[in-house]
Amino acid sequence: MIRLEPRRSHSQAMVYLSPVLAIVMTLVVGGVIFAFMGKNPLEALYTFFILPISNSYGVSELLVKATPLVIIAIGLAMGFRANVWNIGAEGQLTMGAIFGGGLALYFYDSQSVFLLPAMLVFGAIGGAFWGAIPALLRTRFNANEILTSLMLTYVATLFLSYLVHGPWRNPEGFNFPESRPFPDAGLLPIIYDGTRVHLGTAIAVLVVIAGWLLLSKSLIGFQLRVVGKAPQAARHVGFRQKRMIWFTLLLGGGLSGLAGLFEVAGPIGQLQPSISPGYGFTAIIVAFLGRLHPVGILFGGLIMALTYLGGELAQITLGLPNAVTGLFQGILLFFLLACDVLTKYRIRFGSIAAKGRTA
Amino acid sequence: MTGDAGTEAMTGAGHAQLEVRGVTKAFPGCLANDDISFRIEPGEIHALLGENGAGKSTLVKIIYGVLQADQGEVLWDGKPVTIHSPHDAREMGVGLVFQHFSLFETMTVLENIALAMNDVRDMEVLRKQVVEVEKTYGLPLDPDRHVYTLSVGERQRIEIVRCLLQNPKLLILDEPTSVLTPQEVEKLFETLRRLADEGCAILYISHKLHEVKALCQKATVLRGGKVVGGCDPREETAKSMAEMMIGQKLTAPDRGNDRTFGDVRLEVSNLSLASEEQFGTDLKDVNLTVRGGEILGVAGVAGNGQNELFQALAGETEQFAAPDNIKIDGTSVAHFGPRRRRRLGATFVPEERNGHGAVTDMSLAENGFLTAFRRMALTARGLIREVPTRSFADTIIKTFDVRTTGSGAEAGSLSGGNLQKFIVGREILQDPGVLVISQPTWGVDAGAASAIHQALLDLAAKGTAVLVISQDLDEIFAICDQVVVMSEGKMSRSRPMADVSIEEIGLLMGGLHDLDGDATPANDMLATGGRVDQA
Repeated sequence: MIRLEPRRSHSQAMVYLSPVLAIVMTLVVGGVIFAFMGKNPLEALYTFFILPISNSYGVSELLVKATPLVIIAIGLAMGFRANVWNIGAEGQLTMGAIFGGGLALYFYDSQSVFLLPAMLVFGAIGGAFWGAIPALLRTRFNANEILTSLMLTYVATLFLSYLVHGPWRNPEGFNFPESRPFPDAGLLPIIYDGTRVHLGTAIAVLVVIAGWLLLSKSLIGFQLRVVGKAPQAARHVGFRQKRMIWFTLLLGGGLSGLAGLFEVAGPIGQLQPSISPGYGFTAIIVAFLGRLHPVGILFGGLIMALTYLGGELAQITLGLPNAVTGLFQGILLFFLLACDVLTKYRIRFGSIAAKGRTA
Repeated sequence: MTGDAGTEAMTGAGHAQLEVRGVTKAFPGCLANDDISFRIEPGEIHALLGENGAGKSTLVKIIYGVLQADQGEVLWDGKPVTIHSPHDAREMGVGLVFQHFSLFETMTVLENIALAMNDVRDMEVLRKQVVEVEKTYGLPLDPDRHVYTLSVGERQRIEIVRCLLQNPKLLILDEPTSVLTPQEVEKLFETLRRLADEGCAILYISHKLHEVKALCQKATVLRGGKVVGGCDPREETAKSMAEMMIGQKLTAPDRGNDRTFGDVRLEVSNLSLASEEQFGTDLKDVNLTVRGGEILGVAGVAGNGQNELFQALAGETEQFAAPDNIKIDGTSVAHFGPRRRRRLGATFVPEERNGHGAVTDMSLAENGFLTAFRRMALTARGLIREVPTRSFADTIIKTFDVRTTGSGAEAGSLSGGNLQKFIVGREILQDPGVLVISQPTWGVDAGAASAIHQALLDLAAKGTAVLVISQDLDEIFAICDQVVVMSEGKMSRSRPMADVSIEEIGLLMGGLHDLDGDATPANDMLATGGRVDQA
């Protein structure tokens, strides 16, 4: 018989091992699924996970995809630490793109060096504004932020769709639902020639460092952790839960908005009906894959970015449906949550009576 | 099993009602019961003594069928039995009154009793039986009242009536008096003695030794999961039994000879505050003062507004009182949150250690930081200063003899007593002007308890005003200079410990000031009564 037995204290080893274990199990199950679809599992896994990063362009693409994931996941992780479940990062990302991108479209013939910095600020404000709505609803009316933030995602994406189909459609764009291309002054500089790696990637690294300082070394981070782990202790020492709800939703929203602006001012270069392949949702998995720790999130972001690249390649070379990407992401989250049980419990084989005698 | 009651009575003579032989039970990382053997005769009141963690509750759970022993056997009327579940135990004739009641607040007394019966019967028949049991054993209780309207003592009566309806041959009571006033305790003892006279065996679990001495004829002492001895409590002193329990000599706290008091440092005046809990107790016009160097005890049966008082003093409530209702060193603070109160020199220790006083899955260093970061200057420019934070935790661990692997250990890995020493130490080392502490030694072993008592006395001697909220009257008598009693959210007038008897406190705990509807005159009346008694 297999039983779960509580550990006396959390296993530090399992905290780090469980993501690895989850990845291994995802690969195994993924291989089985490929086999059922009539593909050679090893070849398919190779195409999915190794081939995309077997040349320098592939690695640069990995960085481009990981950038928004990491930036968003850092913000979300702060909230998750404090038991604030913002799952509307996709909407906040979209609002950031609309705010920052809107500025670029308003000054579409500008050559000012201030345009890009202003767009960054507007992007962050747009995302934070979209995060502020669930914060207000939660703190004023005790409305569950999981629902409100998720529903606002659809509002934001439909709003973007309305803008690019209507008022912001490019007048010279042959009626395609796209905005004007952003002016050069409103585009992120490329930091490696010949790739799409842009300034946002460098900023993502700074965000990781700042996130680590905030969470592990600062009083605010300490408050976040106490509010999340022991709300009553937080009340006892006067760490206000409401303040933490506002802080994490504004921060998470702001970073998501920034990530959205990076997408439209970077790889895309204009506003389109669809600006993200679900980065805001995937970032939730990244946050957990990285143990809600900024450094872990950096690695988690790279791994999840790989599933996007691998999914594209699998479509092209193996003729697999694009849904395989989502499938892999889902399986990974599933195993990750399952493996997390092992940090608090250990697996025991054998019956209760046998254990009693040995003890 | 119950069919052959007649033959049992005959053959049962000479057999113990219950005998436990070599019972062993292990949990991960701890041997809760190690080869435990003891016996209870019919009609005997037998005490099971031991500190928290000695293995009493585990043993009771095995006898009641909640847990299964790894080894050893249980004999009932001389015959080995296997008890698979509480249902089996009740069927056999074992009744258990829990320490924490398992009652449904919104249902009536009768409905609660019906829920716990093994066989569903006609409610009217049950009602008659309930009334009869109540009459026989002197347990007044209206079967149709809703549980949430009952006092804790009355709730316990439901549990007892519940057990008695099943004609138990063995009644187990787990810490039954921790929620009762001294007068209620006396009434409970009368009931128990009457039951024992009728041949019911009683297993009485308590750490209140003077009660054990007054009630029990035999005692089995547990320590660290083992039986370390037995005795006749009537021939022992409370001190000698305590020493058996902890396995070392006990020293009474040193109160010092000349206690002198300074200015008022904590003042609560006309504090009324609605409880934020659903079945909580509102604070009604609470008044008290604590001077520097003084220890004021707040006595009372649990649930009479002590939690609400603590929350109001610590600033944990959502709604605040008017600023002037609470003053720390003359500054009105009732509208301040906890951080501003701490900045003024007040520190607080809540009753619950896990998740309230400490965050169990954070390290001791982080838990030290939790309340002390401001007063001990453990932050710089919004960042945590790691070195002083660790050394502050190390100082607490050293000064208060906290047994742990170091400041990196998770708080949850410490035993209750050690974590409590850490939390109390954390607040005392901040050199507070005012310390409010709730149930300082609740669930703490005797060694840690006496260390905490001494630390509180030493703190007061340095000029701190200390407010101790406690249900444990022994504790209040051991360390306090003044005492007030809370009952239904009201507070009696403060009186010096030296001129008050345990009986008077008991009457106040029972809510005597209700007689007059107003706290102060009732207390005057009581004060007069006290003097008459002494005369």
